[in-house]
Amino acid sequence: MNRLDKIFTDLKQKNEKALVGFVTAGDPGIPESLEIILKMCDAGLNILELGTPFSDPTADGPVIQRSSARALDKGIKLKDVLEMTYTIRQKSDIPIILFGYYNPIHAFGIPSFYKAATKAGADGVTSQWPDNNLPLIRLVAPTTPKERMAKIAATASGFLYLVSKTGVTGSDGLDTDNIGSYVESLRNVSKLPICVGFGISSPDDVAAISTIADGVVIGSAFERLIEDNLDSPDIATILADKVSEFKNATIMK
Amino acid sequence: MYNSKAYPDTKGHFGIYGGRYVAETLMPAILELEAAYFEFTPKSEFQDELDMLLRDFAGRPTPLFHAKRLSEHLSGATIYLKREDLTHTGAHKINNTLGQILLAKWMGKNKIIAETGAGQHGVATATTAALFGMDCRIFMGTEDIRRQAPNVQRMKLLGTEVIPVDSGTGTLKDAMNEAMRYWVGAVRDTFYVIGSVAGPHPYPVMVRDFQKIIGIETKEQMQKKSGCLPDMLIACVGGGSNAMGLFYPFMDDPVEMIGIEAAGESIASGKHAATLCAGSIGVLHGSKSYILQTDDGQIEEAHSISAGLDYPGVGPEHALLKDSKRASYVSIRDDQALHALKILCKLEGIIPALESAHAVAQAMEEAKKHSDDYKIVVNLSGRGDKDLGIIFSNLNGGV
Repeated sequence: MNRLDKIFTDLKQKNEKALVGFVTAGDPGIPESLEIILKMCDAGLNILELGTPFSDPTADGPVIQRSSARALDKGIKLKDVLEMTYTIRQKSDIPIILFGYYNPIHAFGIPSFYKAATKAGADGVTSQWPDNNLPLIRLVAPTTPKERMAKIAATASGFLYLVSKTGVTGSDGLDTDNIGSYVESLRNVSKLPICVGFGISSPDDVAAISTIADGVVIGSAFERLIEDNLDSPDIATILADKVSEFKNATIMK
Repeated sequence: MYNSKAYPDTKGHFGIYGGRYVAETLMPAILELEAAYFEFTPKSEFQDELDMLLRDFAGRPTPLFHAKRLSEHLSGATIYLKREDLTHTGAHKINNTLGQILLAKWMGKNKIIAETGAGQHGVATATTAALFGMDCRIFMGTEDIRRQAPNVQRMKLLGTEVIPVDSGTGTLKDAMNEAMRYWVGAVRDTFYVIGSVAGPHPYPVMVRDFQKIIGIETKEQMQKKSGCLPDMLIACVGGGSNAMGLFYPFMDDPVEMIGIEAAGESIASGKHAATLCAGSIGVLHGSKSYILQTDDGQIEEAHSISAGLDYPGVGPEHALLKDSKRASYVSIRDDQALHALKILCKLEGIIPALESAHAVAQAMEEAKKHSDDYKIVVNLSGRGDKDLGIIFSNLNGGV
């Protein structure tokens, strides 16, 4: 069983939901970023979405835009992200999804990217490519009509990423009633686990989403914490503490 | 032979270029737009309304003007200017905004957003939104707001909210990023009017079709004036809408086409916006085309004296025209464009936009290679009033 399928099976037995963390690779630097991520894994993160920084992140709000810019200032390239994946894989069994915009992957060479990602120990990607044996994580949005949901679900594996709202990452306000009905529609067309992301920033949000979905994705809230603690020697511990707090909210009583 | 009718395919591909690379939240809106575009725009009621607006509001047809003194000065080919600068709002952009906002009306959407670089597309969008009584927001980079101040004032006067964008270099690319981010949040009731033949399908084909009136008129006017086709068409290319509009109706005719990109300070300096001449294949703002990028696929900043050409991408159909050699693409530096602008002012009494001055500069080069039986049409895509500040600060008083 692959790491992604295994984590959802294990969590189900424990009556817990998955805590999925998005982190921009190399923010605020490669060694710092590795330390942060590894401590987050130890603190109970269940799935890591490792983001490749991009100059023009059009689906992201200001927090992730700035985290991307900090990583790019450090000269982070896609090959560094793949090397970080390998380093994390040597020390942790956490499922790693490589997140990112298409152009850096296109510039790297798409077949080379898949080969390198598999070799580095990644467990999933977000860009489509025929004959790719890595699970493809696909996003479904509140605007996605039902027929299209079914089409998307048919080509997805690992889990489905449900975008909680129309808007960029880090937008305010969570509408759990609507999210509940989107989750229900998705359940009708797919047996894959469903993780919900975008705009989830507090333990209460996490607890609310945990009652309706199989996992909760946190991105901007982590990146904001990194940004607020750039000069702190305890930055990795601060992030790890936040992970524990969120993780507790995913445990069903 | 290049078969223009084969492109785009049903998924918006121009050969390997084009397509739809967008966030899932936007996909349904893009699919809805595509369906509406192909359903409504062929209808005679739609076309009649658009024709009326182009005629009575925008002032079409625009003249094809024989630039006699310029031609004589160069003692070469005969140069004609397609006077898009004479449209209402002063640039070809109004052709497209009338088409798209009319489509928005047919789709029942009454909130409009757009990005703008030089401000010409912003002004045309604001103007059309006012005409239709629609709510309008325009995203514009802070650097462009600074260098195109008169257009910002015009947009505000027209009742549009101008939203400054200070990310990146504060130019067109950044404005488009921010417009897309806003659209993701407002997609249910908001129509995004893209100003060039760029972006995800169906924008490149839709904008081309709304702009092809330029080439259709040119063809008729040339036939009337000289009973034949022009030998060469020249137009500036940022995203490439005025060039596609002029070129497209001539695609199957024996007419040479040259697109002029901005070489900025020079290609060698790296400070340029010559995407087709010096870029490589990648994906930006929803479609695959040539772009300016690093080896690692990060988008590079473009540089040009002309805000409308200051963009690190280009429409996918131009990428295909370049690869298939149906059109050729060259670049003109800032100083060459300024020189051409001065000549055109003095010899013809026309102040061109800095964008269009790039095309005039290339026409002056091409004209010297031919005799007066050779006919060159230059798309004078916009007027230069908006550029007076930047022109005077760059001419250092040496007008």
